[in-house]
Parts: sequence; structure tokens; C-alpha cells
Amino acid sequence: MEHTQSRPAGVAKAPSGLMDGLQRWLPKLVVAPTFILIGIGIYGYMLWTGVLSFTNSSFLPSYDFVGLAQYAKLMESERWLVASRNLAIFGGLFIGICLLIGVVLAIFLDQRIRQEGAIRTIYLYPMALSMIVTGTVWRWILNPRLGLEKLMHDWGWSSFSFDWLVNSDFAIYTIVMAAVWQASGFVMALFLAGLRGVDSSIIRAARVDGASLPVIYWKIILPSLRPVFFSSVMVLAHIAIKSFDLVMAMTAGGPGYSTDLPAVFMYAHTFTRGQMGLGSASAMLMLGAILALLVPYLYSELREKRHD
Amino acid sequence: MTDVIRTGFRPSRIAIYGVLLLACLVYLIPLIVMLITSFKTPMDIRTGNLLALPTDWTVVGWTKAWSEACTGVQCNGVSGYFWNSFKMTVPAVLISTLLGAFNGYVLSKWKFKGSDLMFGMLLFGCFVPFQVVLLPMAATLGKLGLANTTAGLVLVHVIYGVAFTTLFFRNYYVAIPDALVKAARLDGAGFFTIFFRILLPMSTPIFMVSLIWQFTQIWNDFLFGVVFASGDSQPITVALNNLVNTSTGVKEYNVDMAAAMIAALPTLVVYIVAGKYFIRGLTAGSVKG
Amino acid sequence: MNTFKRHLTALAVSAALMPAAALQAGEVEVLHWWTAGGEARAAAALKEMMEEQGHSWKDFAVAGGGGEAAMTVLKTRAVSGNPPAAAQIKGLDIREWAELGFLTSLDSVADAENWDQLIPPRISDVMKYEGEYVAVPVNVHRVNWLWVNPEVMDDVGVEVPTTLDEFFEVADKLQAEGYIPLAHGGQPWQDATVFDAVALAQLGPDDYRKAFVDHDMNVINSDRMEEVFTQFAKVMSYVDDDAAGRDWNTATGMVIRGEAAMQIMGDWAKGEFSAAELTPGEDYLCAPAPGTTGQFTFNVDSFAMFSLTEDEDIQAQKDLARTILEPEFQTLFNQNKGSIPVRTDMDMSAFDACAQASMETFKASAEDGGLVPSFSHGLATTSYIQGQIFDVVTNFVNSNNPDPAKATDQLAAAIQSAM
Repeated sequence: MEHTQSRPAGVAKAPSGLMDGLQRWLPKLVVAPTFILIGIGIYGYMLWTGVLSFTNSSFLPSYDFVGLAQYAKLMESERWLVASRNLAIFGGLFIGICLLIGVVLAIFLDQRIRQEGAIRTIYLYPMALSMIVTGTVWRWILNPRLGLEKLMHDWGWSSFSFDWLVNSDFAIYTIVMAAVWQASGFVMALFLAGLRGVDSSIIRAARVDGASLPVIYWKIILPSLRPVFFSSVMVLAHIAIKSFDLVMAMTAGGPGYSTDLPAVFMYAHTFTRGQMGLGSASAMLMLGAILALLVPYLYSELREKRHD
Repeated sequence: MTDVIRTGFRPSRIAIYGVLLLACLVYLIPLIVMLITSFKTPMDIRTGNLLALPTDWTVVGWTKAWSEACTGVQCNGVSGYFWNSFKMTVPAVLISTLLGAFNGYVLSKWKFKGSDLMFGMLLFGCFVPFQVVLLPMAATLGKLGLANTTAGLVLVHVIYGVAFTTLFFRNYYVAIPDALVKAARLDGAGFFTIFFRILLPMSTPIFMVSLIWQFTQIWNDFLFGVVFASGDSQPITVALNNLVNTSTGVKEYNVDMAAAMIAALPTLVVYIVAGKYFIRGLTAGSVKG
Repeated sequence: MNTFKRHLTALAVSAALMPAAALQAGEVEVLHWWTAGGEARAAAALKEMMEEQGHSWKDFAVAGGGGEAAMTVLKTRAVSGNPPAAAQIKGLDIREWAELGFLTSLDSVADAENWDQLIPPRISDVMKYEGEYVAVPVNVHRVNWLWVNPEVMDDVGVEVPTTLDEFFEVADKLQAEGYIPLAHGGQPWQDATVFDAVALAQLGPDDYRKAFVDHDMNVINSDRMEEVFTQFAKVMSYVDDDAAGRDWNTATGMVIRGEAAMQIMGDWAKGEFSAAELTPGEDYLCAPAPGTTGQFTFNVDSFAMFSLTEDEDIQAQKDLARTILEPEFQTLFNQNKGSIPVRTDMDMSAFDACAQASMETFKASAEDGGLVPSFSHGLATTSYIQGQIFDVVTNFVNSNNPDPAKATDQLAAAIQSAM
């Protein structure tokens, strides 16, 4: 892709100096409001949170610096370790399974399926629901006394047992289930859109060469959808970080604190336990982890495109 | 690329249909459960199972959720909150989409020194957990005199929505040949002329994507709503939370489910009615990176 | 598509035309989380009384999580310089808010109404900051109650247990007959509420106070605390398997319907029984939690009053404070809420047997030292230490092989780190 400079060479002889200057500044003026909003609303506040993480702020912010004490406390907290481990399990499984289901359904749906529009809408609609609604419904379906387990018993399968929601070793996986249900259809839509954009002459040529359909998909089509993987990971990571609402509605972090996530931990300590310093430290570590994982990925993907 | 594959009744096609239909079922069950439950009586819910049809259909759950259910000391249902949500969502969606369109235009067609850095910063902004910004944002809104106003809430949604809308538009406009813009500039067209005359007319698909995405995100938001809206302008998600967490003796699941359906209705309608534009918009370029 | 757009435009226009809510003179905005049946009716009673005095009530209910969501909202409101007139704040949190300068003095009302004579000193101390009233107590809850369905007990042929050992015996028999012995909701604060009762039974009031008010490590990190955990685990083993995440009133509903026999819960549970139109002593029984007869774990709901600027609103705020302590409201409110009046001079004849028993125990235990503040409801310790204890307790009871010795160590470490 070629860069478009603010002043392409051809326009150098613009009529008036004033107009020229205005034209030169206009793009910057247009993005300035966003830049200011983002600068304060994201980076300014992040910095502020960073500062607080070095203080012993309790109930409300204070500026009594204690160095790395809050981070040390965090490392000793068993609950924080559980929360971090949960984020790794949840994030990894959620993004992985969504991509898998999304790709498979998109490929299948791209085979001249009758009623494609209706099926697509069915896959996509969970994305329209708020996580509060999703959490409420899934909590109910997975509740052993009211939901699925009772249904199976009523249908005569009396040995059926599914108590993951109330079992502290498995509850985190029920959150993954609900989240996958909600977002995988959206990933399907992204991939379907990507598949529609693939040049069919390439595939025809490969078929002439005798390649089988699975091989064509695996070797040619999927690699060409790399930007779609990028967009999907962006959206999924965004949802994974925001799944605070889902956890609150489904388990509120329980049983015990077995489904605690860093966002829930941070929220509880900052707002209900009056430990703003500790909460800020956990927020900084969470941001640090996101930064460490995502920035290299963003960087490599965005760089790649410049060489197109 | 669909034209490469010939249709026919081969076993593989049956398998494909099988998988697709099974997936449909899985995706639909929660919605079916919600719908069936909302038409049941509380008695029916306790005795029957998840997928059993109501023994007698009743809309009591719906009428109660809409106009009678109690959230706190008020027993007016969720209807009032429903309109609050619109008052907040519509301006926030329109403003963030417009800002995103201009940003995307500049970041793809009028690059300047530092514009790539700004784009990267915007991208990272998508990943900030919102819990982190609550307190400083509250302090800022207080200083601006916007605390607990709908305008303040709209501002918050614009700030945290503009990263995604910019991403959508930037990726869409990148795919439009620069030659178009260059030719227009040689003809003496300025910054805004090019945008309104050339890019805007071909932007309908991506506007749809941005509008649908933002509408869903903002309508469904709970955290900002509960924190930044005052008592009587709270959005419906807050009312839903209060309703679901409020119960007298026996939990009225039918009312809960009806309220959840009411809260979800506008976004569901948008997805069902405008869903094809969404896919079309995504196909048209937003996913091409 | 066009209609969709037209709708959007129409909505935008109508939104712009909506008049801003007119501010009325004398408005009190009240932040609370009383949204369940009996609680909501109690709050509605207060609203009516304020409206009778010509003030308007702006309801600000935030349900869920025992007030966690409400606290978040309150903090952001305070930080933005726009706090409500009154907020439901409890225990030691009142002092924290006062220290930060958010609260207003109510001494003009308190002096006129003679609050010092009406309210027991143990409670008024909590309401004061630097000698001035900054909050109004609404009621006194007893936390160490056992709620019993007598039909179930009769069916199995057992009596209401008065000690933990009796409880285990009774529970075994109930379980053998297919009843759930103990109704419970697996949320951290509910786990802690049961732990609270077991700790009081095991440690006795003096050591309970040493452990949870003074944080004396000799009590916290001791064999006796380990025994508390052991007994607690045993009590919790009589809870059904899918209690996780259940609301307390859903658990009470199980006792009402006879699915479960007993529940250890504060007397707000009575509001649920009343809402089901049941009579205490006949349809349901209230007894002290096993092993805590004559002792009283108190939990006081209170409204802290924030500094306001408008004169009319300040007047309304003062009227609210006064109304809350008037006998009429105390009776009406506490009948709905299940608690007892915070005024000790009240005529209790209008109350049911459970409330009368509660009041007697309250007065007697204040004399003999059996009156202890509830740690699980924020009356004994700061929200941070309370939270740390919650974490240990809930993690202990939800782990698949609870280890009392390890839990005791964790409790000591958690409290130590939070002090």
C-alpha cells in the first residue's frame, strides 16, 4: 500500500498560501478531538491508575507513596493467582474455540446452502444480547435443579449429571461455554465475509491442478484470510476483557472465588473493599499483560500490511 | 467462490447440513428457553422442565415486566428505562460513528507524521478494562458539570466507542484506491469535498457495520449506565439487573425472562432486520485489514 | 432500511425535545439496595412518609451483591461531586466517609429529638464521627437466627436444635428422610453469615470480639479457630449441592415450601415469611442459631447523610433523618423488614413473637456482654479485613477437600496483611 502524504507532489501549486495552510492542518484538526478524548480518557487515566498503584490509597485516592508494596501484596494473594490463571484459561479457550467454530461454520455455510440468510441470522443473534442477559439465561440452563440436568432426568436419563456451574473446579468452563455461544457466530460472520472476498479463479486453478477441497482450504484459502484472523482476535480479545458482566451475571465469581477474573478482582478491591492501591496495582498488571501479548501481535500484523 | 462447488445430494452435503442444523439448534435453545419461560406461570416453571411448553400460555410475565414489576420502591416495570436507553444510545451511536468516519478518512487518506502511532494508540484503547476508568472519569465529569446527566453518559460512550468505529472506517477506506483521492485533489477538491463527494457515497456498508456494532455495544452496556446515569435516567440494563436481583419469596422467572427479552428486543430486531447489511458491510472491506 | 433510518431520526428528535427533569424543592435522593420483597415495602413506607411531609423522594435503588454495586455507584457519585442526599452505608464505612469530609452533621436534629437518650450507646457510637451524628440508624438486625419449618420437623419427629451437636443429630435425621437439612445460598456473604454464627457458638462472645474486632492473633491463629472451621464445614455439609450463587431469599423460599428444614440467616429472612403471609410460631419458627442462645450478633442498617448545597434539600434531608427515628416509622418499617426498632423505648406489642424475643435478647445481652457486632455485615471490622475473611471462608467451604488447619493459617495471614 502506498502512503498518501498530506501534500501530494502534484498539489504543491495551490492557489493561496492561506488555503494551502488550512488544507494542510485540516486533517489534524479533524482528528484532534478524538486524540484529546483518547489521550485523557484512556492514556491519562491509565497513568493516573499507575500512579495510584504506588500509593496506599484505600477508600478514595490518596498520594501517600509506598513503592512496590501493593504489587508485593498482590503476588502473595492466592485469589489474585486464581484470577490470573482463570484469565489465561478463559481467554485462551474462548478465543481458540470461537475461531475454530467460526471457521468451520463459515466454510460449511459457504457451500451454497439453502436458507443461508436465516441460518446466518441464527448464528449471529447471540451477539445482539447483552452479557447480563446471556449470563442470566445460561445460569438458569446450567443450574442442576432447574435446567439441563432436570430436563435429562425428565426425559428418562436419570444418571445424567452436569454440575459444572456449582463445582469450583469446573465453573470457569461454563463461563467459556456461554461466552463462546455468544461470540462464535460473530466470528463466523467475519470469516464468511472473508471467504466471499476470496478470488474464485485461484481455487479453480488449484482444482485443475488436482488439489482436493480440504487441501485448498487448508493451504490456500485460510492463509489468505490472515487479516480476518487479525480482526477476529481483536474483537474476541476485546470481548474477553469485557466479560466482567458475564461473570457477574453467571457466577459473581463463585463458587468461592473460583471464577474470579482480574477485572472482578480489581473491581472488588477498588470499589467494595476500599483497597484502591491494590486494585490499581492489579489493573496495571492486567494492562501490562495485555500490552505484552497484544502489542507484538498488532505490530507484526500492521507492519506486514505495509509490504503488501 | 461458491460457484466452484457443485451442489448435489452427496453424503458430504448431508453431513454439512447436519452440522449446520445442529449448530442452529444449539444457538437457538437459549432463546427458546427464554421465550417459553416468559409465557409460563411460576407454578408451571417449577413443575415443568426447561423445554416443556407452557401448560397454559400467559402474557402476565410480559405485562408485569413492562409496566408493573418493582425495581426498588417503584413498581412501574421497565418501560420507562426502555426509553431512557434510546435517549442515551441514539446520540452516542451517531456521534461516535461520525467521528470514526472522519478519523478513518484522515488515518487512511491524509496520513501525517504520527498518524500511524495514533492509530496504534486507538487500537490499544479497545482493550482497556472499563472498570479502571470509572473513578477518574467520574471526577472529570463532575468538573465538567456533566455528572449524572445523559450528556455525560453519551460522552463516555463516545470516548470508549470511537476506537472501534475508527478501526472500521480506516480499514474500509484503506481498500479504496488512493488514485481516486489524488485525481480529485488535482481537480482542486478540498478535504471535505473529497470526503462528502467521493468517499461518503460509497460508505453505506461500513456505516451499517459501525451503526449496528455501536448500537449493540451501547445499548447493552451495564457498567457505565449504572455508574454514570442518575436514578430516573438509568438505562434498561440497569433496570433489568435490579429486576432480576429483586424477588419476593418465589423467584418469578417468567417476569425475569420477559424483562430480559424486552431489554434485548431492539438489538435483536436490528440484527434480524439489518443483519444482511452487516454481513454485506463486513464483506465490503472492513475485514480486509 | 429507510424506515430504520427514519426511526432513528425520529428518536433523536424526540430525545432532544424531552424536557429536562425539573428540580423540585425539598428533594431527597436516597441510594439503597432494598429491593427484595419485605425490604422494598419497608423502603416504600419511608418514601410515603416523606411525601406526606411535602418532600419528593428520588429513588436510587441499585440491586445486587449485598450492596456492592450500590457502593461503586456511591463512590463515583461522590468523586464527581454529586452525591445523593442519603445513602445506605453501614458500620465502620460511616467513619471512612466522614473522615473524607463527605458527611454532614445531624446534631441539630439529634439534639432536638434527644437521640442520645433513644439509641443504645453501642449503636450511636457507630453513627458518630468526632462526637457528631453523621448517620441515622434505622433498625437492629439479629444475625444469629435459625429459621425452621415446623411441619418438616414434625414429619421427621425432631425438635429445634439448640446446640451444634444437636443440630448435627437433627440434620442427619432430616437428611435420611430426604429433606435438605439446611437451606443456603452459596454467596460469599452468606457463607460468612453462617461462619459468623458458628464462630460465636464455638468461641463465645469474648473471644469472638477478640478475633473479629480486636484481631487478636492468639485467638485467630489457634486450635479453637481450627475447630470453628471444622464445625463450619460440618454444618455446611448439610447444604444441597447446587447452592452456589443462590440468593438468600430463594433459600428462604425453600424453607417456606418445605423443601428444606432450616436456614441460618439474619432476621431480614422474616420479611420473606411475612410476604408469604405466614405466622411466626405456627407456620415457621425462629430460634437462636445453634449454640448461641442468649447471645446477639447485631447488624445495624443506617443512612449516612451527605453534605448538600440547596437549603430546601437540606431541610428535606433533616426531615428524613427525623422521620426515620419516629416511633411510627420504626414500627412500620421494622415490621416489614423483620428487624427490631433501634429505639429501646418502643412499645413492642405491635410486633410478632420473633421480634419481641429479639428485643428481649438485645436488651439482656447488652447487659451481660453477649452482644457482639457482626463481622460478616461490616459492623466489626473494615471492609478490607472483612473482605479478606470472606475470601478465606468462601474458598474454604467451596474447595473440594476443605482443610481447617490450612484455612486457619490463611485466615491469620489474610488478617495480618490487611491490618
